[in-house]
Amino acid sequence: MTTQGIDPRGPRVGAGITAFLLAIVVLLGATPEAWGLLVLVTVGFGIGAVWGPGATWQGRLYRRWIAPRLDPPTEREDPRPPRFAQQVGFVICLIGVVLGLTWSAGAVPVAAAIALMAALLNAAFGLCLGCELYMFGQRLRARQSTSGGR
Amino acid sequence: MTDNLWMLLAVLALSVVVGVWWRSRQGVVRTSDTGPAQRAGAAPWADLGLPHDRIVLMQMSAEICSACRQTARVLSEVAAADEGVVHVELDVAEHRDLAAALRVLRTPTVVVVGTDGTEVVRASGAMTPTQAREAVARARAEISTPAQNTGAER
Repeated sequence: MTTQGIDPRGPRVGAGITAFLLAIVVLLGATPEAWGLLVLVTVGFGIGAVWGPGATWQGRLYRRWIAPRLDPPTEREDPRPPRFAQQVGFVICLIGVVLGLTWSAGAVPVAAAIALMAALLNAAFGLCLGCELYMFGQRLRARQSTSGGR
Repeated sequence: MTDNLWMLLAVLALSVVVGVWWRSRQGVVRTSDTGPAQRAGAAPWADLGLPHDRIVLMQMSAEICSACRQTARVLSEVAAADEGVVHVELDVAEHRDLAAALRVLRTPTVVVVGTDGTEVVRASGAMTPTQAREAVARARAEISTPAQNTGAER
């Protein structure tokens, strides 16, 4: 079942909930409450980054409460793209959490704004920022393998 | 709080602008200017053994890219409906040197190789069936008219 792919609506519902929480973080601004909420979102992204979006509390919520009320999915999706998106979200939010603690509380809404934009672009337009960045990593590795002398 | 509300609205507005701009560029078929150079030397895909008698839709994909799956479905349907067309999907992680030689910056990137063995057109981003058929039609048109003309102008 898992190798067959996942219900593509699950990550989308999860991304919607996450986007809503990130919008609240932006609204709360440079406050301890915003930082706490960003920690919660970051932990969710961390779980999704390691075990896939289905393992997050948003994913569980979807399977437990939403999926039973919907028709079975007409197509299933490869779990790797949404998991990669979780990893991108995790890195952005983790930077916000760490900088919020060590440097300035102003970093919290800024990181939330960047993650929110990435989530919105992915959900509304299918633009995966991580996918656009992925090729840079591949090109760097190609350069290393050619200059490193095989 | 009002400042934060403005920041939120700015993020939403910027997302819409970026998203609309990005979407308008998806799968747009562009004429390639690399043909003359490839005609002179060996093409970077020479050792892949692509068929010479057909137009090849060479799709560069990544495992993390969901638009690649959608484009692969579209292109394989176009290839199935047209005897003169084949669809080949390559993973950029397995073909890093080729991806670098082709200057692939995004996935999916579809490089259309004509029957003369050179790149004719290419497109980046998810492709619709209409865009895929347009790419094939343009590849045919470029090859039936002498391609040297376009090469000499550049």
